[in-house]
Formats: sequence, C-alpha cells, structure tokens
Amino acid sequence: MTKENKLMIILRGIIMENPVLILVLGTCPTLATTTSVISAFSMGIAATIVLICSNVVISALRKIIPDSVRIPCYIVIIAAFVTAVQMLLQAFLPDIYKMLGVYLALIVVNCIILGRAEMYANKNTVLDSALDGVGMGLGFLLALIIMATLREVIGNATFAGIEIPFLADYKIPVLTQAPGGFLVYGIVIAVMNKLTEKKGGVKRKSFSCEGCPSSATCNKSTCSNTSNKEVEENA
Amino acid sequence: MLKELILILMGGVLINNYVLQQFLGICPFLGVSKKVNQATGMGIAVTFVMLVATAATWPIYHYILAPDYTYLQIIVFILVIASLVQFVEIILKKFIPSLHKSLGIYLPLITTNCAVLGVTLNNITAEYNFLESMISTLGVGLGFLLAMVLFAGVRSRIENCPAPKCFKGVPITLVAASIVALAFFGFSGVVENLLGA
Repeated sequence: MTKENKLMIILRGIIMENPVLILVLGTCPTLATTTSVISAFSMGIAATIVLICSNVVISALRKIIPDSVRIPCYIVIIAAFVTAVQMLLQAFLPDIYKMLGVYLALIVVNCIILGRAEMYANKNTVLDSALDGVGMGLGFLLALIIMATLREVIGNATFAGIEIPFLADYKIPVLTQAPGGFLVYGIVIAVMNKLTEKKGGVKRKSFSCEGCPSSATCNKSTCSNTSNKEVEENA
Repeated sequence: MLKELILILMGGVLINNYVLQQFLGICPFLGVSKKVNQATGMGIAVTFVMLVATAATWPIYHYILAPDYTYLQIIVFILVIASLVQFVEIILKKFIPSLHKSLGIYLPLITTNCAVLGVTLNNITAEYNFLESMISTLGVGLGFLLAMVLFAGVRSRIENCPAPKCFKGVPITLVAASIVALAFFGFSGVVENLLGA
C-alpha cells in the first residue's frame, strides 16, 4: 500500500466517515459530555486512546479469536482498556475523572469502538487498524469539540473556562443543558448535510443498525428494518 | 422510608430521565421509536433487562467484588449483562414463547445499550441498598418507556411535516427530541414539592 492510502485511512475517519456527524454513532457521549470544551476534549482523548488500543489488539488477535465468540472477546478487550484509562485518570487527573463520571465507564458500550472493531479491525492489518483508530478517534474528538464550543460559547459565554466578556449578557443557558444538546447536535448535522449535499461519495446514514455493534449479535445486517417487519407481522 | 422510595422512583421516571436528561440509551431511543408499538416493546424489554441486570450485578458487586476487586467492575458488569441477556432470551424462548415473540427481537439489541450498564453502575455509585437499587432501576426503566412512547408519538407527526431538505431525517428528529426534553424540564421540582413539607 502506498503512503497516500495510509493518509486516506486517517482522513476518512475525520471527514468522509466522521463517526459522529456522518455515521451518527456514539450519540450518548456526544450529547452528554459536550456541555464544556474541557470535558468534551477529555472524553474525545479517552475514547481515542481506547479505540486505538482496542483496534490494535483486536487486529493482532483477529486470527486467534473464534468467529462465534468474537463480540464477547471484543467487549472484554475494550473493557480492559477502559478500566486502565479510568484508573489512570482517577490517579492523575481526578477532576476530569469526576467531571466525566459514569460516561467514562460507558466508553465500553460506545458504538464507535465496538463498531470499528467489528467493521474494520477484524479484517485489516495491525497498522491499518491503528491508523483507522487514529482517524476515527480524531473525527470523534473534532465533532465533540465543535459541539462543545457552540454549546459553551453560546450557552455559558465561556470557552474552555475562559470568560468571553461581550457575550456574557446574551448567554442562553439552556444550550448547556439537555435540550440544548439535542438541538445543537441536530443543527450541526443539518449544516453537515448542507455542506456535503453536492459532494458524492459521502455515505449518508440514518439511525440504523448498520453501524451498530449489536447488529452482529442480532445476526441481522439491518436489524431495525427486520424488526420493523417482524413487529408488523406480529401486529 | 416509603417516601424516599417513591422519591427515587419518580426521580428516575421524570426528573433524571435517562434518555432526555442524562443522554443514556439514545441509540434505541432514536432507532426504534418510529412506531408506538415498537417503542413500547423496546421500552418494556429494556426495563425488564435493567431489573434483571440490577438484581444480578448488585449482589455481585457487594458480595464478590467489594472491597478488593472493585476495579473489575466494568468488565464484570458488561459480561454479566451480556450473558444475562442471552440467558433470558433462551429461557423466554423455551418457557414463555409468547413473551419471547413480542420482546425477543429487542433483547440482543440491549446488550450493548449504555442505559443498562449505566443504571447498574449508577446504583453502585449512589450507594443504594438492594431495595433502593431495584426501585431506582424500575424508575429509570419506566422513564425510558415513557420517553420512548412519547417520542414515538411526536415522531409519527414529524414524518409528515415538510422540513427543509438538509434537516430531513436525523437532524429534525434531534430537534424534536430537544423539544421533548425541554418539556421534561417542567417536571423538575414537581416531585419534591408533591412529597415535600
């Protein structure tokens, strides 16, 4: 493979297949930790580290792990790395550990990480998987920071804790709370849609099981569609 | 005592609604809320799995892991939940096929649902006793069900509304979720006031 291709692997995660903005994966941490730039940044970095490590290990073990029990194996590998990251943060950055709270532990069930393990790391070489992890991680981080910046600057008139003087009178506090999360996320995706409207090659996905790690567990490639049908039949 | 339990229950349903206030379990919330009957099925299945998961993880944490091995919490919990879901599915299939038919399709989806892992971890962090944990889990599950059903109703209306092209699909759904979350703001304080004084 040429060097350009390696670069493409990274760029794909950041732009064309941005896990948050294009694939709509990992919505829970995206919405929950973007109330401030600092927590979004910490979340992005923590998830990126776990993603790179788990991608490397899963890719290295891809020929050893039996196909039928691969999902539990991935979960154990990911959980081990999450525990390591959690313990390191608790020891060295207790403030950030407190800020992220339960969401740090919930990196285990982050669709992006399990999804990349299932869709990429178990089919590709260790180096490619590591690069994919870097790309996807940075894409996740970038999306988190965009959202957190919008929410913190408009909602709280601060950026990473630094006050912005002329905005202080016009802040809209609801943006830092739950409804603001959904609203900003919706608007950011709409803007992304508008920007990528004319460009071909950008995959557009709705909420579906395609990227969902559970789809493998369900043994259905498009489980939501299938379940739709089954429900209709039952009804 | 009873008052505290009701407070925990109502808090889970209305104030700290996992989906709308704490952003846990967003994937099924957005993915399986197109129709009301689906949303109800998913909500009931999640509540059920949450209750079973709490009943299993609470004793495991307090009698096996604590106090020396608490750092294994995440690994143990996720494995217990994953195997439990499989186990419940097999049991239901064998003994209560009618229930399996209506809930079964949702069960595998729930294994990696962050709300289930989240509620078990939160119960430990909040230092609830077993009864309080179960009540809080029930509250969270019912809150999830409520949010799913409400949102399914909202969503069936969105499908028919003429949104701008770039807002079609995911974005308009998120904006609608935002408005539903805003509505849930009205509940903060209600429960304390009802039971307070």
